Amino acid sequence: MAQIFHPSFKVISRASIIVVAIVLALVGYAAAEMYRSGYMTNQDIPREQPVPFSHEHHYNGLGIQCGYCHTSVEKSSFAGIPPTHTCMTCHSQIWTNAGMLQPVRTSYQTGKSLEWVRVHDLPDFAYFNHSIHVSKGMACQVCHGDVNVMPLVWRTKSLQMRWCLECHRAPENFIRPKEEIYNFAYTPPDDQIAFGLKLVKEYDVKTKQLSDCSICHR
Amino acid sequence: MSEHHHIAGVDAPLPLVAHGETYGSITENITATVIEKKTPKGVKITLTVTTVLLIVFIVAVWKLFSTGVGIWGNNNPVGWAFDITNFVWWIGIGHAGTLISAVLLLLHQHWRNAINRFAEAMTLFAVACAGMFPILHLGRPWLAYWLGPYPNTMSMWPNFRSPLVWDLFAISTYLTVSFMFWFVGLIPDLASMRDRAKKKWQKVIYGILAMGWRGSAHHWHRYELAYLLLGGLATPLVVSVHSVVSFDFAASVIPGWHATIFPPYFVAGAIYSGFAMVLSLVIPVRKMYHMEAYITDRHLDYMAKVMLATGLIVLYGYMTELFFAYYSGSEYEGFMMWNRITGPYWWSYAALILCNGVIPQFLWFKKVRSSTLILFLISIVVNVGMWLERFVIIVTSLHRDFLPASWGMFHPTVWDWATYAGTLGLFGCLMFLFLRVMPMISMFEIKHLLPWKGRRIGTSADAE
Amino acid sequence: MDEKQPLDIATIRQRLSGSNGQQYWRSLEQVAETEEFREFLHREFPREASVWEDGVSRRSFMKIMGASLSLAGLSACVKAPDEKIIPYVKQPEIMVPGRPLSFATAFTLGGYATGILATSNMGRPTKIEGNPDHPYSLGSTDAITQASLLTLYDPDRSQVVLNKGSISTWGKFLDAIQLPLEIQRSLKGSGLRILTETITSPTLGAQLKALLEMFPQAKWHQYEPVNLDEVREGSMMAFGENVQTHYHFDMADVVLSLDADFLGTGAAHVRHSRDFASRRRVEGRSALMNRLYVAESTPSITGGMADHRMRAKASHVESIARAVAAGLGIAGINAPSITDKQAKWVSAVVRDLQKHKGASIVVAGDGQPAVVHAIVHAINHALENNGETVTYTDSPEVSSVNQSESLQSLVKDMQSGSVDMLIMLGNNPVYDAPADLKFEEALSKVKLNVRLGLYEDETSAKCTWHIPESHYLEAWSDARAFDGTTTIMQPLIAPLYNTKSAHELLDELTGKSGRKGYEVITEYWKNQKLSLPFDEFWRTTLNNGVVADTVLPTKSVALQAATDAWKPSTTSDQGMELILRPDPNVWDGRFANNGWLQELPKPTTKLTWDNAAHISPATAEKLGVHNEDVVELKCDGSMVEAPVWISPGHPDDSMTLHLGYGRTHAGRVGSGVGVNAYLLRSSGSGCARQGLEVRKTGKQYTLACTQDHFSMEGREIVRQSTVETFLADPTFAQKLEHNPTPDQSLYPQHEYDGYAWGMTIDLNSCTGCSACVVACQSENNIPIVGKEQVHRGREMQWIRIDRYFEGSLDEPEMHTQPVTCMHCENAPCEVVCPVAATTHDSEGLNVMTYNRCVGTRYCANNCPYKVRRFNFLQFSDVETETYKMMRNPDVTVRNRGVMEKCTYCVQRISHARIDAKTEGRSIRDGEVTTACQSACPSQAITFGDINDEKSKVAKLKSDPRNYGLLAELNTKPRTSYLAKLKNPNPEIEHLEVG
Repeated sequence: MAQIFHPSFKVISRASIIVVAIVLALVGYAAAEMYRSGYMTNQDIPREQPVPFSHEHHYNGLGIQCGYCHTSVEKSSFAGIPPTHTCMTCHSQIWTNAGMLQPVRTSYQTGKSLEWVRVHDLPDFAYFNHSIHVSKGMACQVCHGDVNVMPLVWRTKSLQMRWCLECHRAPENFIRPKEEIYNFAYTPPDDQIAFGLKLVKEYDVKTKQLSDCSICHR
Repeated sequence: MSEHHHIAGVDAPLPLVAHGETYGSITENITATVIEKKTPKGVKITLTVTTVLLIVFIVAVWKLFSTGVGIWGNNNPVGWAFDITNFVWWIGIGHAGTLISAVLLLLHQHWRNAINRFAEAMTLFAVACAGMFPILHLGRPWLAYWLGPYPNTMSMWPNFRSPLVWDLFAISTYLTVSFMFWFVGLIPDLASMRDRAKKKWQKVIYGILAMGWRGSAHHWHRYELAYLLLGGLATPLVVSVHSVVSFDFAASVIPGWHATIFPPYFVAGAIYSGFAMVLSLVIPVRKMYHMEAYITDRHLDYMAKVMLATGLIVLYGYMTELFFAYYSGSEYEGFMMWNRITGPYWWSYAALILCNGVIPQFLWFKKVRSSTLILFLISIVVNVGMWLERFVIIVTSLHRDFLPASWGMFHPTVWDWATYAGTLGLFGCLMFLFLRVMPMISMFEIKHLLPWKGRRIGTSADAE
Repeated sequence: MDEKQPLDIATIRQRLSGSNGQQYWRSLEQVAETEEFREFLHREFPREASVWEDGVSRRSFMKIMGASLSLAGLSACVKAPDEKIIPYVKQPEIMVPGRPLSFATAFTLGGYATGILATSNMGRPTKIEGNPDHPYSLGSTDAITQASLLTLYDPDRSQVVLNKGSISTWGKFLDAIQLPLEIQRSLKGSGLRILTETITSPTLGAQLKALLEMFPQAKWHQYEPVNLDEVREGSMMAFGENVQTHYHFDMADVVLSLDADFLGTGAAHVRHSRDFASRRRVEGRSALMNRLYVAESTPSITGGMADHRMRAKASHVESIARAVAAGLGIAGINAPSITDKQAKWVSAVVRDLQKHKGASIVVAGDGQPAVVHAIVHAINHALENNGETVTYTDSPEVSSVNQSESLQSLVKDMQSGSVDMLIMLGNNPVYDAPADLKFEEALSKVKLNVRLGLYEDETSAKCTWHIPESHYLEAWSDARAFDGTTTIMQPLIAPLYNTKSAHELLDELTGKSGRKGYEVITEYWKNQKLSLPFDEFWRTTLNNGVVADTVLPTKSVALQAATDAWKPSTTSDQGMELILRPDPNVWDGRFANNGWLQELPKPTTKLTWDNAAHISPATAEKLGVHNEDVVELKCDGSMVEAPVWISPGHPDDSMTLHLGYGRTHAGRVGSGVGVNAYLLRSSGSGCARQGLEVRKTGKQYTLACTQDHFSMEGREIVRQSTVETFLADPTFAQKLEHNPTPDQSLYPQHEYDGYAWGMTIDLNSCTGCSACVVACQSENNIPIVGKEQVHRGREMQWIRIDRYFEGSLDEPEMHTQPVTCMHCENAPCEVVCPVAATTHDSEGLNVMTYNRCVGTRYCANNCPYKVRRFNFLQFSDVETETYKMMRNPDVTVRNRGVMEKCTYCVQRISHARIDAKTEGRSIRDGEVTTACQSACPSQAITFGDINDEKSKVAKLKSDPRNYGLLAELNTKPRTSYLAKLKNPNPEIEHLEVG
């Protein structure tokens, strides 16, 4: 009876088993990586804005504090995006006919709002509250990165749930004194954990409670 | 056949392979049904019917995914109905295969050799049907993968306390092992198929599947070992899978679900329905393919006996439930039982007792067991009964539980029926396609059943 | 199951009498367990196929598409779309982005105001709460007030000016009326008529006055189908003047209601509930518990609260009133002939009343004829209640008239052709005027008729001009409450569409063109004598929601001697009686297009989406009909067909049909729902008509009732006792069930070192009014599902108010019990969820994470209370823009395939916690109120931290009446109930036994 398969087929068939296994593993890994990648999360991707507002210039250059524009960060869930009027307090005096500020002036004249692209966008079923975070010693920097050196803002964190939990399960790694929350130059002490635990106690942060579903989801 | 009784009597029971069968003839006949013979008319008709049902299934599932679980009759309080009923029913049916192959193998019940291949295939397809319902019944089926533990961006685990998670593991394990068992069992026969195949492409396909089997002593030795190991692996699964499934109910607080009898009683029920389904398939199939020589009346007789035995265990289960209701002294348990018997769904309970409790008692009579037609009918009745059992447990327990204000009724919709009929179609399709392309009877294994004479002829036949 | 055997009431009776002791039952069919019962439950089967086909049909429009959402889940694998932030150009001072504001204003029904605080999220009204500073709210609301929010966002609201049905503009309208107005000026307005609803608004009053000065011969008519004519005439009879009567239930030890549903309907029922409950709440001080006698026709929640309820045909209540009066020896009133049993009952009541002179109240129903009210006034005088528990003031209405007569005279003028120009502000007479007036025909005789209305309804369709009206949350106005308290109503949002308020329309008629409502209102108030400088007055008033010292002074009244008018009216008592009442949910029909109210189970019947012909079991037996049989109702000439619903406790030979249904132009929700009872209404006759003919049609009509079973099966669900037994054995409720030792659990117990939230519901004060259900629906973005889905048992309300019957079939006692998530400490739902979507949080809440839920429904199956709700289809309407504005931004909108349930308003807890933490303090007791709690008029619900033993809820949890529902399952529910107590009169009890 004639051979159906060439002897080499023995090797091929055995190899194929391993190959298939490896390929499947790779596909799975690729999918996972893809889902975590900046392409999906917009991490590390500067976003175009109607006006190329530079935090670097305004904060580092001019020394305007976060709170000047983000007025409700200590009062409300929403940090607040300045109304056109806030921009115009200065820009009615300086750079009055800079081309890049045209949208601002138009908004001021027409009363039509500027439409900024939301960079840090959580899903609608996650309820984040700025006021509680800043009042418990969570600095802007921790989540927003070094905004002070950003010509255009981008996400420095994935904003995925596991990232939130990194801190919610162990706030002592990130917490800092309340008065340092707006300070981008802050360097954590070497004994951050010990120091952090001290602050956690001092600020009455209930770590156990922070991983309750109801803390973020309603 | 009948005069056979008078002559042989008890000492020489019916043969497990008809007289005059040889190694050659076995291989010849069985491979031929796949390779040379035309597909019998009966098979063609069945395939057509099941294919139509399969299409119904596809439509029903599309409708389900696009519109939502609301197309079914499920409601509050009856959150589960046909969906889980079908799931448990199919899982149950999926039990015969492993039982026959593994347990009977370990118990040296050689008569299994004629039907194990067939039963294993049935198991595989039944479990496949069952496995779909846990996904279909979800409100958001596209998220079914959340039930599995995998590294995710939510850094969340599934809730390992939930019986549904246990289900996931139980079923997937069972499916894998059953598949391995079935496939390993096929290898030697696939080789014979390869050798018998006429066309090149047939040779190639069977060849690949046969994984280079040459039937050397070496091969056989490894094979036997592997097969035995798998048998050993599969046996505990027979018990575990349906026990775990029964936890879905036993672990809850609902009267009629919250019962310690469930695991054994579910397993028995599973085997009961499994054998019933094997009979309902084997009887017509052996007729269509003229396999009376290999699947003999003695096989049917044995299976009928197993059915009778498991049926009695199930009946015992029903009795225990009644006793619980009375002895627990819990007004809720008592009411639940009373409601089952006299409530709006009384008919389902009555039918259940009739199908699973009363009718199968006819199997005590040899006459009944030896009449293929009656046996076939009884097997169908038992299948219906076992479906009703799950319906009764799920729906009548849910529709009236603790607070009368929350009581309700369940009424199936056309889509409930379509989904159920659909899975029957899927199952039938797979089953008959398998019969078409694979040796339905384990050739090398029934050769063990041949009387000595035949074997000698056989050897010489093989020697050439 | 096919052949239908009629429901045999005799057997039911016999069965009920057969069983001894307290015994509860739920529905007749259930007691009878007839084939018919199963058949009745089967009837929906044919319509199964309609789950999706009628996806956009009338009553299920809310669950459109779903197919389009089928792959929504896949978005998990798709990149999220960019979102925009759109900041203000100039941010309002008071506004802190992301924080809600609340504004004081008022909701009016029948002209009378209820003070509310409306919550505004970024400028969108999203929730209505009661205004604690308002005497007729005291912080509570009712279902209708809560639901009025939905009307604001109703996409079916009228949005454009219509001229003979074709789209026009406000400008065109103004041009069009100039000439006619000129003509009227020359005619002194002899051809001009204004038809309004009941007016209490001072500004509108002034405007009308100005208008009438400008057109001296013009006439102003007022009409509402549900009005106080009889009350008014009654006071005329008794005192010779029209006075407003005020009842102070908090001071009454004994109350007798003569067909008065003072806890459920009427301009003051929210306040009444509060006062009444203050005398039912025991907390150890049982001596203070009042006693309520009710003699009523249609079963009401007031009857449900009664210690002794006697059913009587509406037309027989008069004789009972006379019997009481006679019993008290009031001159000029002779004892009528009443049944023996009634006589015994009445004499017992009279003795009890006499024992509590000056501390009792007798109150008559608004629907009762004038003479009954007159007699009741006399009785209250005889009992020296006037000035004590009953006080009188002038009517807060601008001009109180007999509205039926007012409408009749208007129609006469219209018929005679003497009306050239008719302006209608709000009413819908084409639909709700008594049929015999033929208003529609009369309307066609008027050349120019203008209609200001919220909807393009039946009346608008017949008018030359339809002007879209502004919703009360969109417009400036003012209104007075029952006691005269005035509220300046401020808008929370600019009109969504180009709509006008009554003030703006009238302003145009008086020639002042182009003024906004704001100017009209401010002008009026500027001209008033104010204690403060205007700006300060304005600020404080808007802030408080009430204008200082506007409460009407109590006045002393002189009771007149009984005249011939007081003699018994000789109404023929032949045949059946038809009682027409406002619907508890859609009222007179104006809320017919409000899905929240349509789907709200009616307090006593649990019916949704329909009205029905309610009859007593005995009458049903006599007529040979049962539930859902369609009967033909004839009342001199006019005829309608209506499905029967058997209401235990309804008087025999009498039938109740609720108004407000059978609308033809209500909108997508309300059109064609139920039967139009106005067709059987005749001007003059009060709420009850005699000589009703009923005929079986053999037709069937499915009614969507949310509860099939009304019996407790002898289970200890609602636990009740009498005051005496309670005093003897305070902990009776806890003894009724075996309580497991607390630490019996397979899994480790939770630790609660911080807050531990808990709730108690006092069954002694809960009336079952259902305000909480709608409040919850509004707070938590709960969708409505439509009649078919309700009938299939898929309603979504998180609070289910269970209603049980006890005792005899003809005169049962009613119990209501709100059931919602119990937040069990050993929650059966939590262990079974495969994806940990429902979990326990460290404050003891049983929390539901919607976005994690895959929809196995295992949790719902395993919940012994069956309080979980599943989105079987896409119930939330995520397409209609206006609904998006309405939603509470703090609560996730659930999509198809997700389980949901009561969360204890976790969003409110979070806000309170965050505020407390940022301020470095802990949450104060009472700082967190759940939506149901704050809405509850009788304050039956208490919520708080049970770890703080000083908290109100902790105190109540230690009350002897406190018990956990199904506690023997060891679920350890965080919500517990306070057992119900009755304060029966021994005399009557013994009489009922005998």
